[in-house]
Amino acid sequence: MTRVIAHRSDGVQTSPILLKAPAMKPHENLDPLVIAGKPYASRLLVGTGKYKDFAETRAAVEASGAQIVTVAIRRTNIGQNPNEPSLLDALPPSQFTLLPNTAGCYSADDAVRTLRLARELLDGHELVKLEVLGDPRSLYPNVVETIAAAKTLVADGFKVMVYTSDDPIIAKQLEEIGCVAVMPLASLIGSGMGILNPWNLQIIIENAKVPVLVDAGVGTASDAAIAMELGCDGVLMNTAIAAAKNPVLMASAMKKAVEAGRDAFLAGRMPKKLYSASPSSPTSGLITPAP
Amino acid sequence: MDSGLRQNDESSIYGFRQMVTITINGERREFAQAVALAQLVEALGLAGKRIAIERNGEIVPRGQFAAHAIADGDRLEIVVAVGGG
Repeated sequence: MTRVIAHRSDGVQTSPILLKAPAMKPHENLDPLVIAGKPYASRLLVGTGKYKDFAETRAAVEASGAQIVTVAIRRTNIGQNPNEPSLLDALPPSQFTLLPNTAGCYSADDAVRTLRLARELLDGHELVKLEVLGDPRSLYPNVVETIAAAKTLVADGFKVMVYTSDDPIIAKQLEEIGCVAVMPLASLIGSGMGILNPWNLQIIIENAKVPVLVDAGVGTASDAAIAMELGCDGVLMNTAIAAAKNPVLMASAMKKAVEAGRDAFLAGRMPKKLYSASPSSPTSGLITPAP
Repeated sequence: MDSGLRQNDESSIYGFRQMVTITINGERREFAQAVALAQLVEALGLAGKRIAIERNGEIVPRGQFAAHAIADGDRLEIVVAVGGG
């Protein structure tokens, strides 16, 4: 963020007074999310599952302002329904950065196969979301298989954004393997339980040299804002928007929450104090003196 | 078979039919002859759609569908992008 520092004519630098507002808000241009060397203005990434139709998917994605949208890779119908509409007609790769995922994969091999198909499907596109699940009930990540898949994919030229647990050691290992972003869960996929362990997230953020995005568990706008205030570089969500009563309105709320949280992080919050002992209004000139 | 491919009713020169049986997305399909992947894609109504094909575990690049003929016992996966998180 660019700050304009006031300089006096005698050369004495004053305290950092903001002389004039920056031409643009940080999230609009000056403060992009950079993933694998590419800048993105939006720090909100959204999934495309669970919407009632592609029109609603499109409307929600637009309202969210997201530039990166996740898609899943699945078997096509083979002749049973030849006129089935295609998701990519609603979200053309020319307008969005599609992030193919490995949702539903329970082994490293499965995940690697899926993403090789995705790369072919999307004309050689290398940015992918790796997730290897450990259990269908919790959808908790299997970090052992995730690490194995990440090694293979990175060696194969993929740019891997990796979904993982909020274990700081595993997050660091995934970064060292060469993943371009580490994406710890806030809570279980689709649970909407919010950020259960901000302390672990903080350790992950502090140690990381690649972007850290909270992926999974966000339930409402304040969860997204909290993630960003912690210093996350971005938030990825699907169900919190798609399962809202009004998904398009929630998408818009999430956009604002991510932006507000980012600005608050950059602004630097005031310290928490048990007693304020520092009123915002002058203590002198009271018509009745303080006790 | 409901793929739309025309069955070849003529017997081969050896006097028996040489059916080609493959598995597409987990389903068994029979073909009268070893057609090219490009023809198969057309017969399945997938021509011009954004798909990717894996044949026996190997990706077949889209530009090479015409050059690859299916063979008996092939396992094909044909995938598309769908909504997901």
